[in-house]
Amino acid sequence: MTSEKAIKADAVIIGAGPVGLFAIFQLGLLDIKCHVVDILDKPGGQCTELYPEKPIYDIPGFPEISGQELSDNLMQQAAPFSPVFHFGNMLESVDRRADGRFLLQTDRGVFFDTRVIVIAAGGGSFQPKRPPYRGIEGYEGHSVFYAVRQMEKFRDKKILIAGGGDSALDWALNLQPIAKKISLLHRREEFRANMDSVGKMRALVETGKLDFHIGQLKSLNGDGKYLSSVTALGRDGADIEIDCDTLLPFFGLTMKLGPIAGWGLNLNQNLVYVDTEKFQTSEAGIFAIGDINSYPGKLKLILSGFHEAALMAQAAFRLLHPDERLVFQYTTSSSKLQKKLGVL
Amino acid sequence: MPKITFIEPGGKSRTVTGQSGQTVMEVALKNDIPGIPGECGGACSCATCHVYVGKGWTDKVGQADEAEEDMLDFAFGVRDNSRLSCQIRVTDELDGLTVQIPEQQF
Repeated sequence: MTSEKAIKADAVIIGAGPVGLFAIFQLGLLDIKCHVVDILDKPGGQCTELYPEKPIYDIPGFPEISGQELSDNLMQQAAPFSPVFHFGNMLESVDRRADGRFLLQTDRGVFFDTRVIVIAAGGGSFQPKRPPYRGIEGYEGHSVFYAVRQMEKFRDKKILIAGGGDSALDWALNLQPIAKKISLLHRREEFRANMDSVGKMRALVETGKLDFHIGQLKSLNGDGKYLSSVTALGRDGADIEIDCDTLLPFFGLTMKLGPIAGWGLNLNQNLVYVDTEKFQTSEAGIFAIGDINSYPGKLKLILSGFHEAALMAQAAFRLLHPDERLVFQYTTSSSKLQKKLGVL
Repeated sequence: MPKITFIEPGGKSRTVTGQSGQTVMEVALKNDIPGIPGECGGACSCATCHVYVGKGWTDKVGQADEAEEDMLDFAFGVRDNSRLSCQIRVTDELDGLTVQIPEQQF
């Protein structure tokens, strides 16, 4: 890969959670334009993925705000700085070049050439939960899938969908018309999903177009790569053998540190060590803010991440413009800042 | 102060002291009990603090409410004595509680 194909950036932020979004604002005030990469398909990170409707009570100035509202507000606050988002991407590799800049690559083949990297990845990247069955790794990519990227791939398959949430039901409904056979396995009669989807699913069951089994995954049967059936444990304790060649488990997402673990940074228990002046990692030019960092006295609060973003931005400016004087200004009084914010 | 015993899937157990008002998940985190990441921080939103309540304790600990029951759909190997430990509040009544950690939950 040559760096010509790469997107040239001042700063690349990893993670579009609240702290990553506020970093756009703080860096923006100092004229540092940001590209933001997130594995999810929307901004907000944990706030919108895990608890969009749950109220948060410890954001200064907001006695009560939901995860979704906080994320929406931060997007609005960052908007004047025209950040470029790259959703559905996970940063895989980082290479420091001889001139001190970094070449970054995502799993979907997007490249960045940047001087500053801000890791605001919270608990890591969200990845599908992998059911704990021996040998499941061998089936992954051949007959076990955690996402549907191309529906055609599932045409004429004997599909078993496991889980009872919206993803499980949506894909059961969407894949039913093209599948040879479709079954749904869920641990109980009730579903925590859109009522409309549940109704449609039950109608398919009634007309014999979808097999619904109450139970939980027990074991995978096949040659280690291709499934021939799945054994489930029924509510009554008896085994149920489900004929299928494809398994789609939908048990939500979990956070994994992911490729960052291999970047040679000073880590402890999946946290990245930083100093408390610049919030810089052991690698100059790579900063870490929010839940992902660690330092003496660290508190995993959104407000701590906001503070860290502000100090990080000062340090990033000095790194990008070593010869320029940084004049500290307030948004309440500085006409320069107000122009950048588009309010003057 | 109430003592809580955590039993790992391999059978290894550890007894630690909790404080009334904490959740069992918080006690686990504070004492570095492996296998309970509690990713969402106790918001009943991730199902990574799933435990099996020990024999004789299910009545005292009580049943999962609807939101917790919904969240358990995202856990593996759910049994009748399954609970999310972030939803179990430690009280003096629970002194001696044992909970078992599932094989895998993330």
